[in-house]
Amino acid sequence: MSYLPYALAVWLLVVGLYGVVTSRHLVHLIVCLTVCQSSTYVLLLGVGYRKHATAPIFKGIPLGAKATDPVVQALVLTDVVVSVTVLALLLAVAVQVHKREDTLDPDEIPAVRG
Amino acid sequence: MDVLVPLPVALPLLAAAALAAVGHFVPAWFGDLVAAVVSVAVTVVAVVLLTRTGAHDVVYWFGGWRPSHGVALGIAFDVDGAGAAMAALAAFLMTAGVVFSWRYFDETGPLFHVLLLVFLGAVEGFALSGDLFNLFVFLELMTVAAIALTGYGDEPAPLQGALNFGIVNGFGAFFLLFGIGLLYGRTGALNLAQIGRSLAGGPTDGLVLVSFLLVTAGFLVKAGVVPFHFWLSDAYAVAPAPVCALYSGVMSDLGLLAVAKVYWPVFSGPFQTHATALRAILVTAGVASALVGGAMAFLQRDLKRMLAFVTIGQIGIGLVGIGLLTARSLAGATIFAVADGLVRGSLLLVVGILVRRLRTDDELRARGRGLPASGVLFAVGALVVAGLPPAASFFGRALIVDGATGGYRWLPIVLTAASILSGGALLRAAGRISFGWGSDEEPVLGEEQPAEEEEPEHPPRGSLVVMVGSAAALLVVGVTLAAWPGLPGKAEAAALRTLDRPAHAAEVLEGKPPPHEAASAPAPSGTNIVAGLLSAAGAVALALAALFGGLGILARAPVLRLKALHSGIVTDYVTWLTAGVAALGAAFVLALR
Repeated sequence: MSYLPYALAVWLLVVGLYGVVTSRHLVHLIVCLTVCQSSTYVLLLGVGYRKHATAPIFKGIPLGAKATDPVVQALVLTDVVVSVTVLALLLAVAVQVHKREDTLDPDEIPAVRG
Repeated sequence: MDVLVPLPVALPLLAAAALAAVGHFVPAWFGDLVAAVVSVAVTVVAVVLLTRTGAHDVVYWFGGWRPSHGVALGIAFDVDGAGAAMAALAAFLMTAGVVFSWRYFDETGPLFHVLLLVFLGAVEGFALSGDLFNLFVFLELMTVAAIALTGYGDEPAPLQGALNFGIVNGFGAFFLLFGIGLLYGRTGALNLAQIGRSLAGGPTDGLVLVSFLLVTAGFLVKAGVVPFHFWLSDAYAVAPAPVCALYSGVMSDLGLLAVAKVYWPVFSGPFQTHATALRAILVTAGVASALVGGAMAFLQRDLKRMLAFVTIGQIGIGLVGIGLLTARSLAGATIFAVADGLVRGSLLLVVGILVRRLRTDDELRARGRGLPASGVLFAVGALVVAGLPPAASFFGRALIVDGATGGYRWLPIVLTAASILSGGALLRAAGRISFGWGSDEEPVLGEEQPAEEEEPEHPPRGSLVVMVGSAAALLVVGVTLAAWPGLPGKAEAAALRTLDRPAHAAEVLEGKPPPHEAASAPAPSGTNIVAGLLSAAGAVALALAALFGGLGILARAPVLRLKALHSGIVTDYVTWLTAGVAALGAAFVLALR
């Protein structure tokens, strides 16, 4: 089993975090959030991968053939749906912020402080 | 097979879908009616479920996919006492919130009720689910509905609260899902009991440690435990008051109890030999939250924001109860979370009345303009938050302290100090608003938050009765919950069953009835009662000192630095989140290796 997918997942998480922390633009920030989310896709698919296995579609292949784990694929699908919803909502809020405040810099948006 | 189990999730989600479809063609009151009826129905179902969990869990396998030979393929709802209690709390708070909103908003679009119902469905699913991935899905559904609700309302408040909420909670959810992925990779299971059984046979290595860290961090973000709490105070300051009541009473408590809900079935096996170290870490986090929440609450002038920090502080006390890792303190934490959640919900509804009447929730601007009814409710709620016996949350707190073992004899002192700060802050606000005591200038509390300037309007008298009534109902139930016969003993028996991991796994996976746990928690000792009275008296004294002595003495206090850390900038918050996870991870690695 290769460690590459796990290393990639951690890399995506860290690089996305870096992007969010240093971001100066809300849209950039929200896209970095989805970069982080993609690390979970890679992780889950990596967990379910098996060498020399087919996709988990069992029509027309001999019984007992090796297939990758269908559960993680279902999880990733759910995860994608969830992330698209969150992404859409956050972008909608960002549009509202821009309309109202005429800026998308997180440091310049009027905030509740203290 | 119990047909009632899926109803708390199915009813609100179906009603939400139907309401979204027909919402634009029906009169406005129809949405209120549907939401209220569904909330009441879910409350009833959850209370019935709660009465059935007395001796065993109610386990429901969707589609009849029961586990075969101890291997769970299907998805289960595993209703235990704590889960059913949270489900009932959530639905009851939602009922009060819906009734309150009926008079609070001048006009709500149909989507408001759709969002409330989706939120309710997600919360119920989260409370009842026995499947780790479903916990994640319900958590995200809760977040999505909550982001939209935060931005909802006719007050043009800063949107930054909704944004910070969504982004920080998004990270919490990624951490949770990352942890779930690692656990699935190790065990090939998603059912909590099944994962636990599989992990108990294996080594306690780095993978188990990292997945525990990520899953716990995900829940602690939701609960708003220091240093993951920054989003919470911003979201509260922005969201409409009835929505805040749901956040404070339901969402934070659920995040908190989820830590126990996952720790005991899944991780208690591998970490059995590390209980002492884990206890130290969790109690430290809880104490930090309790103190930071209390101190920050005392430095607020915006009432909703003050209550946000009170929530953080009280959640910290609950985390201490869970972190002590004994059945008695877990039972105490459960009672405390439910009872205190109701009281905090009531306090936020009272703030809603002030917002509605005075068009401000600023302590200094509202000085001397309060209403008698809301003043009484607020003061009583504040005293209960401070730990006044014989309110139900006092019993919970007494059990938490009684469950402390060994070197944790100092806990009551610290928790009392935290409660004095939280209760003192609320009582200070009550005194200033109701009686006009103190000054209306307090430079230490900072500038007034940006708010709408508008002439106060006086809605018809009937609406005040409805709003005060729903706040009072929450307070009364939250205080008198202790009158439920044998509550502490029942809670402790339920907690003992939660702690018995192998028996719980056999119950879920093989349907074996659990061993009978007889527990009779002792009545609160004299020390506890004295501590509770002292705490309440201390809160009153602190409030009076703050009102008549002024806060000038704090002008150079280091605690103001803490206040300055709450910058409102989301990138800072994500940095804190990362640092918090790193610190927690370092503590785990050092202590649990």
